[in-house]
Amino acid sequence: MHPAWSVIIFTTVAGAAQGLVVALALAELLGAAPSAALLDRGLLLALGMLVVGLGASFLHLGRPERAWRAVMMWRTSWLSREVIVLPAFIGVVGLWWLSLRGGGSTSALPLLAIAVALLLWLCTAMIYVCIRFIQEWAHALTVVNYTLIGLASGAVLTAALAVLLGEVPFARSVTRWALGATLLAWALRTVALRRNAALKPKSNLQSATGIRSPKLVQKSMGMSAGSFNTREFFHGASAAAVRHVRLALHGLGFLLPALLLMAALSFGAPLVLLPLAFLVQAAGLQAERWLFFAQARHPQNLYYQTVS
Amino acid sequence: MAEAQPETLAKQLALVIDLNVCVGCHACVTSCKEWNTGGAAGPMSDQNAYGAGPTGTFFNRVQTYEAGSYPETETIHFPKSCLHCEDPPCVPVCPTGASYKRKEDGIVLVDYDKCIGCKYCAWACPYGARELDEERQVMTKCTLCVDRIYDELLPPADRKPACVMACPTGARLFGDVKDPHSEVSVAIRERGGYALMPEWQTQPANQYLPRKVTAAVGE
Repeated sequence: MHPAWSVIIFTTVAGAAQGLVVALALAELLGAAPSAALLDRGLLLALGMLVVGLGASFLHLGRPERAWRAVMMWRTSWLSREVIVLPAFIGVVGLWWLSLRGGGSTSALPLLAIAVALLLWLCTAMIYVCIRFIQEWAHALTVVNYTLIGLASGAVLTAALAVLLGEVPFARSVTRWALGATLLAWALRTVALRRNAALKPKSNLQSATGIRSPKLVQKSMGMSAGSFNTREFFHGASAAAVRHVRLALHGLGFLLPALLLMAALSFGAPLVLLPLAFLVQAAGLQAERWLFFAQARHPQNLYYQTVS
Repeated sequence: MAEAQPETLAKQLALVIDLNVCVGCHACVTSCKEWNTGGAAGPMSDQNAYGAGPTGTFFNRVQTYEAGSYPETETIHFPKSCLHCEDPPCVPVCPTGASYKRKEDGIVLVDYDKCIGCKYCAWACPYGARELDEERQVMTKCTLCVDRIYDELLPPADRKPACVMACPTGARLFGDVKDPHSEVSVAIRERGGYALMPEWQTQPANQYLPRKVTAAVGE
């Protein structure tokens, strides 16, 4: 598939915001209560990031002015469900933020925020899982990875924010969780990459055309200069470029952030390491999401192999 | 999460493509574009139409394949358009309901006024049968010439899709595959009609008639 920048931005930025909200909500519920200032800034940051994600998803549409129509088919469409759950999540986080501003203290809103964050990851991932013939996506690992990667980058962001606001002890305890989440996310993303590498496509040119000959090649795709089919479903990057993206996925997305988090833990969380870990990981996770789309081999590509 | 079982419709209009006689002339491609760009499904825009890399919206394409090894090769021209699946995976994923399958005749259509151009339906079609119109930014696809086949102003013999009317070799048959006595049902039954990518259980309504190997004269 051709990775769309709008979807990459939306899923990574919203995913980190969901993870940030979950981390703050868990801290609040477990009584590891950070200061009011951290909760206030953290939730405000999450709201800002969610609005950025929402904006990016609007820009993915050919007719953004009709986006409201996308809530109609929630009975059958995971995309429709996501379109409902994303604003609902923004609403819950906004309510929680407002209630904290008003001096309120309730465990209902953080609990609800965690539940809706998980629901949003489920909706986002199921959009891909439910396309059964994109075998790279049609697996429970897609849900696991969207959730774990969001949790990891959100936890790193929470730690970075805490250290920037001078909450060093809290930053240290969150850093342990962020490190654990990052390593777990890395392990399961690696399992998914292995699975993808071993996949045997169910469709081939013979099943696509019904021509039974064992030797079958396309001589012409029926047009000379491409179409929607050649633009939307091929990433067009060289094998070397894909290798570099895969290196960025492992190195920037997981390895380097994990080392930075470990360094932060051993050096008492100095100011610079945790924000740096977040920035490095954010870049690596763009690569991760790009590869998620680029690796998906759509069966329609069988019909678009040869120009002549 | 349980998807509703596909309803079995009483009528399902479809095309049957005879690979024995398609000569790859692309008359169905151009007649489709001509009819539909000026009809209810149009306009089908082109970009860079007179430049070096012309591209545009088409509902129907003719591709060419070569089977076997030289000198025992066969050239097969292969028309490809929406298959109007009985269980179309493109329909349930549409978030707005713009993509739908008509109960009365099984045609899969897009309501352009509801389409938001998210392209999710195209991702959910294993055949690549849908094309986003770059100018209108809505998803488009074969309509089986729904604005033609029911037009009572046309003589009954002309109430067929434009591609079927244009085919000089009669490679395209049109009719109701649920009527066992229709031309298409008889052709599928008697000539080994098959569906594309049966492995995904989309139950395409359109089917293809395989090539018959005929012995050369004198053999």
